[in-house]
Amino acid sequence: MTQQFYVSPEQLMKDRADFARKGIARGRSVVVLTCREGIALVAENPSPSLHKLSEIYDRIGFAAVGKYNEFESLRQAGIRFADVRGYSYSREDVSARGLASVYAQSLGSVFTTEGKPFEVELAVVEVGEDPYSDRLYRLNFDGAIADESNYTVMGGQADIVKEALARSWNQDAGFVSAIRTAVTALSATRTPEGNGGGQPPDRLGAGLLEVAVLDRDPLSTRGTVRAFRRINTVELDRLLSGAEGD
Amino acid sequence: MAPRDPAAAIDTAASASFTDHLERHNPGLLPSARSLGPSSQGSAASLAPQATTIVSLTYAGGVLMAGDRRATMGNMIASRHIKKVFPADNYSVLGIAGTAGLALDMIRLFQVELEHYEKIEGTPMSLDGKSNRLAAMVRSNLPLALQGLAVVPLFAGYDTQRRAGRLFSYDVTGGRYEEYEHHSVGSGSVFARGALKKLWQPNLDEESAVAVAVESLYDAADDDSATGGPDMVRRLWPVVYVVNSAGNREIPERELQELARELVQRRSAAGLEA
Repeated sequence: MTQQFYVSPEQLMKDRADFARKGIARGRSVVVLTCREGIALVAENPSPSLHKLSEIYDRIGFAAVGKYNEFESLRQAGIRFADVRGYSYSREDVSARGLASVYAQSLGSVFTTEGKPFEVELAVVEVGEDPYSDRLYRLNFDGAIADESNYTVMGGQADIVKEALARSWNQDAGFVSAIRTAVTALSATRTPEGNGGGQPPDRLGAGLLEVAVLDRDPLSTRGTVRAFRRINTVELDRLLSGAEGD
Repeated sequence: MAPRDPAAAIDTAASASFTDHLERHNPGLLPSARSLGPSSQGSAASLAPQATTIVSLTYAGGVLMAGDRRATMGNMIASRHIKKVFPADNYSVLGIAGTAGLALDMIRLFQVELEHYEKIEGTPMSLDGKSNRLAAMVRSNLPLALQGLAVVPLFAGYDTQRRAGRLFSYDVTGGRYEEYEHHSVGSGSVFARGALKKLWQPNLDEESAVAVAVESLYDAADDDSATGGPDMVRRLWPVVYVVNSAGNREIPERELQELARELVQRRSAAGLEA
């Protein structure tokens, strides 16, 4: 029988957290921000089909960074949870809070009991009647959950993006300017080292971005209760290139 | 940790079906999970409200479905307000004749099924896929159908690949049949079909297609006591949905009211008996 070395629980948890953090830090960032028209989800993602942003339910959206297979399985589990709940109770009974706490529990138990923690960070967001009733939950690899307001940033260089957003975020913005704000903030990570901040970094192009929105009032604008809408590359290109004009 | 077969994970991950998920984890929530038990003899149909007469027809660029508003229980009218035609998703509609309670549950499950697939896969299901999923649902209801609680749907949608409206009917065993031009189900369907045969023409525009549907329902209501006609007193008109390349659209009540009023005036002016 091999003798196991004693590792203190503190050290064990710290090692796991470091491992998960390293995995997440390799990924590109995602920004979720509220605005007048709803919630905009903006991710740096060169793949047109492997999504980081998704619809979960009528008013609930999902954003993730980290390992694709891990957050994809969480995304599918979330959709199943929401659909079963909505089907067996009622569509109004599905809330981001309920979903976020289920995610927190499952992430927490994987972190403490499984061989390896999930290398993911998730955002579960629900668009409300007005910006004050929007809900933004950010979930960590260890199941820690944060109730954010206004905006949340996840992924590799979240601090730089967050700093840029803090300067430019505006609650009264529409989708177009909110998305531009988010893209500019995400582009801040592309500043080469030692630039000195003199030159503004190149802005990310539509081909490197994945953008979706949650409409505040989809029933009257689109005749459906489903608020989630993906902005395709062509539309995004037009939307971003209009920046010089106005 | 117990060794797991890595390939087994594919099996669980591959299912984009909400019904399969329910079957595995919450079978009690499935409409077909209800059983009357072997002891119940004869027909249960007289205990539950029945929905009747749905008509559907293709027109230039799309397909249309309409249903009357009556549910009956034996010789009594159980409801004058019931809706039997529902949007299944953005590009398809579903109408149901038969046992109303089971039918409404099946519609709800089918709606979630399509939405669930769309969310998991990130792309909508094909129209053939949708019609096959519905066939499986009808088939799972077969034990109840044999006890008199049959559900017979009619499914219509816009095929975004072929760019045309298509129409499917079903039997209680889940048999799925593509219909061309027009079709009708329910107790008044024989009369509605007769009307459709005379009124339908190739390449109808949307407006005349709606008029044809309303008139065929009127004819069904005229001869079938289980089908409701336009109710002038309560201001109840048929429920009509059109599906085309722009998606589903419900025809607003005031247009239907106008159509029904014209129709009744025309018929009473003609003063014909049979």
